[in-house]
Amino acid sequence: MNHHLLEVKNLKMHFPVKDGIFRRQVGVVHAVDDISFSVKTGETVGLVGESGCGKTTVGRTIMRLYEPTAGEVILDGKNLMHIKKKQMRDLRKTMQMIFQDPFESLNSRHTIGDIIEEPFIIHGIHSPDQRKKEVLKLLDKVGLPKNASSRFPHEFSGGQRQRIGIARAIALKPSLVICDEPVSALDVSIQSQILNLLLDLQKEMKLTYVFIAHDLAVVKHMSDWIAVMYLGKIVEYTDADSIYVNPLHPYTQALISSILIPDPRMRREKKIISGDVPSPITPPPGCRFHTRCLFAVGKCRCEEPDLEEFTSNKATQQHLVACHFAGKLQLPL
Amino acid sequence: MNQGDILRVDNLVTSFDTEFGRLRAVDQVSFTLGKGRTLGVVGESGCGKSVTALSIMRLLPKPSGVIESGEIRFHGEDITKISNVEMRRIRGKKISMIFQEPMTALNPVHKIGKQIQEVFQLHFPEMGKQETMQNVVRSLKDVGIPDPEKRINEYPHQISGGMRQRVMIAMALACRPDILIADEPTTALDVTIQAQILELMDRLKKEINMSVIFITHDLGVIADICDDVLVMYAGNVVETAPVFSLFEDPKHPYTQGLLSSIPRLETPRKTRLPIIEGMVPSIQELPQGCRFQNRCPDVMEICRAQSPEMTVVGQDHSARCYLYSNP
Repeated sequence: MNHHLLEVKNLKMHFPVKDGIFRRQVGVVHAVDDISFSVKTGETVGLVGESGCGKTTVGRTIMRLYEPTAGEVILDGKNLMHIKKKQMRDLRKTMQMIFQDPFESLNSRHTIGDIIEEPFIIHGIHSPDQRKKEVLKLLDKVGLPKNASSRFPHEFSGGQRQRIGIARAIALKPSLVICDEPVSALDVSIQSQILNLLLDLQKEMKLTYVFIAHDLAVVKHMSDWIAVMYLGKIVEYTDADSIYVNPLHPYTQALISSILIPDPRMRREKKIISGDVPSPITPPPGCRFHTRCLFAVGKCRCEEPDLEEFTSNKATQQHLVACHFAGKLQLPL
Repeated sequence: MNQGDILRVDNLVTSFDTEFGRLRAVDQVSFTLGKGRTLGVVGESGCGKSVTALSIMRLLPKPSGVIESGEIRFHGEDITKISNVEMRRIRGKKISMIFQEPMTALNPVHKIGKQIQEVFQLHFPEMGKQETMQNVVRSLKDVGIPDPEKRINEYPHQISGGMRQRVMIAMALACRPDILIADEPTTALDVTIQAQILELMDRLKKEINMSVIFITHDLGVIADICDDVLVMYAGNVVETAPVFSLFEDPKHPYTQGLLSSIPRLETPRKTRLPIIEGMVPSIQELPQGCRFQNRCPDVMEICRAQSPEMTVVGQDHSARCYLYSNP
C-alpha cells in the first residue's frame, strides 16, 4: 500500500502589498488560497493553470522558501510547519526543486563539478574523493559527458543546463522533487529528451514529483493526478486521464479547448473565454471564475463553491470540482 | 513570380560579423507568399527564422547584420536594393511586424494613444489631428480593446500582456498593410489569451485580406492557423509544404522527428517519448554536408560529404534530403 509522501492541507500564502512613502500595507495578494492535495510515493501530481494562478507559489511554499500564511505541509509524516530551522535543513535533503530557467538557476562562476558537488558539501556528506566520484556518476545518470565537470555553465546549451540542474536536484537522493516548468524554456526537440530523463529517474529512484507547468499536454503526459488552479484555488482535481475525458469545471473545459493540437485536421471552433485573469489582490466575490465563465448566474457571483467530490456512475477515481453546476454544464467542444 | 504572389524571397543569405568572423544566420532561403495566405515559419532557436523576418523588414542590427546576397521581391520590386527612405515608406505601412514581447516593443514612457498616433503621422502626414485620433480609437476598437477612448490615455504597464499584444496588433495594422510578419506573437501569453489573439489575427487577416508570415516554434499554432509551412533548421529551409501535407506526410527526418516528439493528449501517459538525439549544431561549427546529419536517424554516407538541395517530393512539397534525391 502506497502511503502519502506529501500532504498539503489548507495551504494559504498571502503576500502583503505595500505602497506609499511609509510602505504601508495597502492590500494582500491572495497567491494561494486554501489548497489541499496529497501525493503518494512514486507518483506525480501536476499543477496546471495560467500565470498568476499560484502554482509556482505552491511549489515554493512546500519547499518552505516562503513562510505560509496558514495551513500545513506534511512530508513523510513530519509537519514542516512545526519544525525548527535546523531540522528543516536536514529535511531539505529529501526535497529538491528543478527550476524553469536553466540560465538563471546555475551560478555562472562555478564549474559544473562545483555546482553538483555543493549539496554534498552543505550537508557534510562523503569525503572529498567520494564526492568527486558521485559527481561523475550523476553526470552519467543525466546524460552528460564526464569532462563537463570542469566546464562552466555558459559552455552548455539550455537542454544541457537543465540536465545539470536535474543532477544537482537528485544528488542527495531526495524523495520529493518539485519541477517548476522544467521544459517550458527549452526547444521542442529538447523538451522530449528532458521529459524522458525525468520519467526514467522517477522510475529508477522512486521519486515523487510535483510537476508544475502551463502546457496541459505536457502535464498530462507526466502526471498521475492533475490539479487545475485558477486564482489561487484548485478548481478541479482528478486523475490525468479523466480530466481530459470528462472535465467538469468550465475553466478546465476552456483550457482543454484552447490546446492547439498539432494536426490541421483537428482545427475546431475553440471555446474562447473572454477577458483576462482578475487581479489576485481583489479576487472576485463568489466563484473566482465567474467574471469569465459562460454559464455564470446569480449564485456564482455571491456564493463561493467548495471543492467537492463529484460522484457519477462513470467515475471510478476520485474527482473533485469546485463549481455549483458541476456535471450539468458542457461546453460545446 | 506567380500571379497572386505578393512576396518572393530568393536565395537569401544574411550574415553577421562577429568576433568569430562572418557567420551565415540565414543561408539560401527561398519562399513565396501568396496574397491572403498565412505562411508559418517553424524552427528552433537559432534556426534563422527571426533573422529572415528582420531581413525582409530591413531591420537587421547594424552594422553587424548584412544581407549578403539574394532577392526579396515585394510586388515584384527587390526591396534589398531600394534606399532607406523608400524602405521607410514600406515599413509599417505595407509590411508590418509584431514581436514576441509586447512590453519591450512598446515605449514605456508614452501613452498608448500617442504611440499608435505616430504611425498615422508618419505615413499620412496630411491627416488632421482629429481624424488621426478617430483612427487611433477605431484601430483599438478593431482589436477588441474595451473602452478605447479611455485606454489611449494609459501607459503600457497599466494593461495586461494580452491587451499589450492587442495594442501591438492595432499599431501594426493601422495602415492596413499587405503583409504582417508576426514573430512568436503568442509565445509569452497564456493559452486562453493565445486562443483569443490567434482568433483576432485570423479575423483581421480576412477583413484586410492581408498575407501573414507567422514565425513560431509551436507546431500546434502552425497546424491551427497556417496555410503553408516552411521548416527551418540551422539557417536552412529543410522542408516546405501546404500545412495538410506537412502534418500528414512529413518528409524530412527533422520534421518527422519534431512531430513525433511532441506529447499529445492521446499519447499513453508516462511513457518515453520518441526523441531527436543530440542538439542543433552552432552556426560557428556547421558540419560539412547536411546540417542535420549528427541527429538524423537515416543518415547516409553521402550526407556527410555534401549538402543536399531542395527536391520536389509532392504537390508544392519539397524537402532538403538525400532520401528523395540523387546527388
